[in-house]
Amino acid sequence: MFWNEKMETLKGKDLKELQLKRLKATIKQTQNVGFYKQMFKEAGISPDDIKTLDDITKIPFTKKADLRGGYPFGFLAVPMNQVNRIHTTSGTTGKPTVVAYTKNDLAAWTELLARNFTMVGIKAGDIFQNAANYSLFTGGLGIHMGAEAIGCAVVPSGVGNTKRQIEMIQDFGVTALHCTPSYAMHLTEVAEEMNADLSSLKIGCFGAEAWSDNTRRDLENRLGVKAYDSYGMSELFGPGVAFECQEQDGLHIWHDSYLVEIIDPKTGETLEAGEKGELVVTPLVKEAMPLLRYRTGDITMLMEDDCPCGRGQKLARFFGRSDDMLTIRGINVFPSQIEHVLKNIPDVGDQFMVYIDRINHLDEMTIEVEMSKSVFSGELADLSRLQAKIMKALQETLTIRARVELKEPGSLPRFEGKAKRVIDRRTV
Amino acid sequence: MQYYNEKIETMPKPEMEKLQYQELKQLVTRLYANSPFYSGKMKEAGVRPDDIKCIQDITKLPFMRKTDLRDNYPDKLVCVPKDDVVRYHVSSGTTGKPTVVAYTQGDIDNLWTEALARSLVSCGIGKKDVLQVCYGYGLFTGGLGLHYGGEKVGATVIPASTGNSKRQIELAQDLGSTAIACTPSYLIHLLDVAEKMGVDMRKDTQVRTAILGAEPWTDEMRKYIYEKSGIVAHDIFGTSEISGPMFTDCSELNGIHIGADLAYVEIIDPETGEQLEPGEKGELTMTVLKKEAIPMIRYRIGDITSILEGDCPCGRTSPRIARLSGRVDDMLIIRGINVFPSAVEHALLKNSFLTSHFMIEVSREGRLDDMLVKVELKPDAMTDGVNGLMEMQRIAERTLRDALNVSARVELCPPNSLPRFEGKARRVIDKRVM
Amino acid sequence: MSEEYIIKQLSIFSENKAGKLAAIAKIFLDAGISIQAFYIAEANNFGVVRAIVDKPEVAFEAFAKKNYVLKYTDVLAIKMNDVPGGLYEVVGLLGDLGINIEYSYGYRTKDYGALIAKVENPVEAVEKIKKSGLELLPAKDYNF
Repeated sequence: MFWNEKMETLKGKDLKELQLKRLKATIKQTQNVGFYKQMFKEAGISPDDIKTLDDITKIPFTKKADLRGGYPFGFLAVPMNQVNRIHTTSGTTGKPTVVAYTKNDLAAWTELLARNFTMVGIKAGDIFQNAANYSLFTGGLGIHMGAEAIGCAVVPSGVGNTKRQIEMIQDFGVTALHCTPSYAMHLTEVAEEMNADLSSLKIGCFGAEAWSDNTRRDLENRLGVKAYDSYGMSELFGPGVAFECQEQDGLHIWHDSYLVEIIDPKTGETLEAGEKGELVVTPLVKEAMPLLRYRTGDITMLMEDDCPCGRGQKLARFFGRSDDMLTIRGINVFPSQIEHVLKNIPDVGDQFMVYIDRINHLDEMTIEVEMSKSVFSGELADLSRLQAKIMKALQETLTIRARVELKEPGSLPRFEGKAKRVIDRRTV
Repeated sequence: MQYYNEKIETMPKPEMEKLQYQELKQLVTRLYANSPFYSGKMKEAGVRPDDIKCIQDITKLPFMRKTDLRDNYPDKLVCVPKDDVVRYHVSSGTTGKPTVVAYTQGDIDNLWTEALARSLVSCGIGKKDVLQVCYGYGLFTGGLGLHYGGEKVGATVIPASTGNSKRQIELAQDLGSTAIACTPSYLIHLLDVAEKMGVDMRKDTQVRTAILGAEPWTDEMRKYIYEKSGIVAHDIFGTSEISGPMFTDCSELNGIHIGADLAYVEIIDPETGEQLEPGEKGELTMTVLKKEAIPMIRYRIGDITSILEGDCPCGRTSPRIARLSGRVDDMLIIRGINVFPSAVEHALLKNSFLTSHFMIEVSREGRLDDMLVKVELKPDAMTDGVNGLMEMQRIAERTLRDALNVSARVELCPPNSLPRFEGKARRVIDKRVM
Repeated sequence: MSEEYIIKQLSIFSENKAGKLAAIAKIFLDAGISIQAFYIAEANNFGVVRAIVDKPEVAFEAFAKKNYVLKYTDVLAIKMNDVPGGLYEVVGLLGDLGINIEYSYGYRTKDYGALIAKVENPVEAVEKIKKSGLELLPAKDYNF
């Protein structure tokens, strides 16, 4: 089943022509953005120099950190009154990254999600429970709109309250579920403890964090769903950028909407199909916030073989990150954000350690900080208050809860050279 | 733009009553033929669709209550084929099971979003605006409802959701928000936070309008907000049973317009059920004329208000209701979320170490509602060590949050330390002053 | 003359993990400190060790040198009759006097019991307690 068969199966010359046309339009659109105007000037190129798709390598990369300089609306290519929606995603310091959408952007994004859901067999009449965080995070509203577009009944269940999630699956006869794979594992275990019958579930869409084929097998056997990997990134709209088809062997990225390159993260050189490297994406249908050669930081490769489903070239499942970004319960966290928060709290030192564990399939982040000597009053209650204050400040910036442990001054490791402050003890 | 849907919003009353009658007649006829629940209720009351000859005949129809929704959980009230349902929302119930609301595409587009688009325009919000929605998203109707309404009128919508007040102020500043939708107490809290951050709402932000609802508030609060921040605060009304937040006051700031083609409003005497005249206070009762998935006929909302007399200078002909002045039942509103004491009891008893002896104390800590639930431990539940007790407290707080969708503090009390009641228990001490 | 009844207690920050208490005890030992009374309050992942010792300044110095985080806290010691109801007599009277005990711990000698109490305003509390007929134990009995 296709949602938009022509676009989904577009190949060869037709695809290249469309991509080039859209790339040129996108480049034109970027010239409304100061950053890109400057970039072209500094690189000594003009939009007219991009005559073929291969010419794209003349354009420098855009990095996550570049977006920081544009906060909040520096990357906006349309007047504000054309913006219909704003989302934010984790930034690398205290400020988030802002992403904006025109009406057309929202429609384009929704279409990609509708393609994905149709591709895995979700259709009108399905009851779709979206256990993703709504609000500023794109996973909630994005997935919601896609499922609504194909005519599902959407249960916007949001995150947390696992027992209630399970009751709703039962009470509404939910057939399709979207959440992070680790939350799906957690939900599976709680359902097993409750002896809950979740046999109405048929399809699971799991994304926002890396997961393995072992987890897939586990979810398929125990939750009784066919489990599909979903990939997206707020800068590229949100979820829906790439998605597995029913072959469950790699993710289809929508080539009419995204121009894909795989590069060596060290040298920036373009790699061939079958070679692992960093995914670099140029979105081709973004109006409000066009981006050129955006470095996603995700490691994957282009697969060589055609897919029997008839859609275009696939990406392999993701192998990790080229930077130190962490994904905690589906939310991206940069260690630099943590450092930024702690620097603004005078009661603690600037040394810290981050430990990540998976407890009952849920990620737990523990941050050890050294308290400053002068802050100790001798009272337990004051320590608890300090702990709460740090937790609150971290939650405000990271948008997720972290446990905080107070340590004596001087007790955390000091680093010479590159600090290794993150100890990830999860097994995926 | 003065009106979103001028013809309907300014339709003369006689013409509107005809339209209302047609809608009601259609609705009742459909339900009588197709819905066991509604036809059963009508038969019990001895009324047939033919008995409805004008809109005033609505009083012949039986009332619906919150318990009808609970007793028919989750979908026995749904009057359309399952495939036509495109959304479920869930709100707090009176016991363990929540109240479920189902929507068709028509319910979302032609009723809910239409009502909100009209309301937002009547508050002066349009394409040029940046609307920061700080109601909860997800199952709660506030977030998604205002979101769709805002997108409909072409505003830039920021789905900020609840919490993280400092970040909310930063967003408002950085993203140039011109309007904020949230609960009144949360807005006042935000103004405090802004002040602490050294942010002058007048000079440092462009926020000029607020859409406040989900909990009772007063004209004094409206005045306070304006004086402190220059923000004009509008009142919004709606409960998830009728769709979600829907109706607001207009630029006159005097009473909430209830779109007459969408809903028929009555004020009744809560004891006798008799309809009261404009100006008389009683229980708000609403018939939603355009609802497909779960129709609501003479639904007793439980809020106390009155219909305002006279016409509104804004030109809208729809009836206006006065500010809500209380409840006919023991429902509490905590930070915009409805909480029934029976639901608190139900949740507490999920913990084997707790008893059903509890008290609820509600206060306003600073600006925000604080709910403290004191509950007696079972005699054999005591453990040595602070951590064991803290753990029990944490678990109890979590079960409450899961059941009520709002956080409460729990204080564990020794056995036999809380009051016992003969007859009607008075477990709620509400210390809030508006 | 309230000061003579105000006892210097050490409050030492400690992580809640194996061997931590032994390390603290070793520092007392090495500094030649005699512990008069001792109590641990625990919270999530940390605790506060509260100790009344003969030479608080020496002990403070020894811990500070080892980079411990610690503070002095003023507490009072009230004598209790070593009979059933002895505690009740003391805390009942303190309650009547409007003195709120933030925390307390006790010990017993062969002659009497003692209640160590942290109160909000020790100077004021001493005056009230002296008038009430309860017996305060002087600081010199603890801190030499």
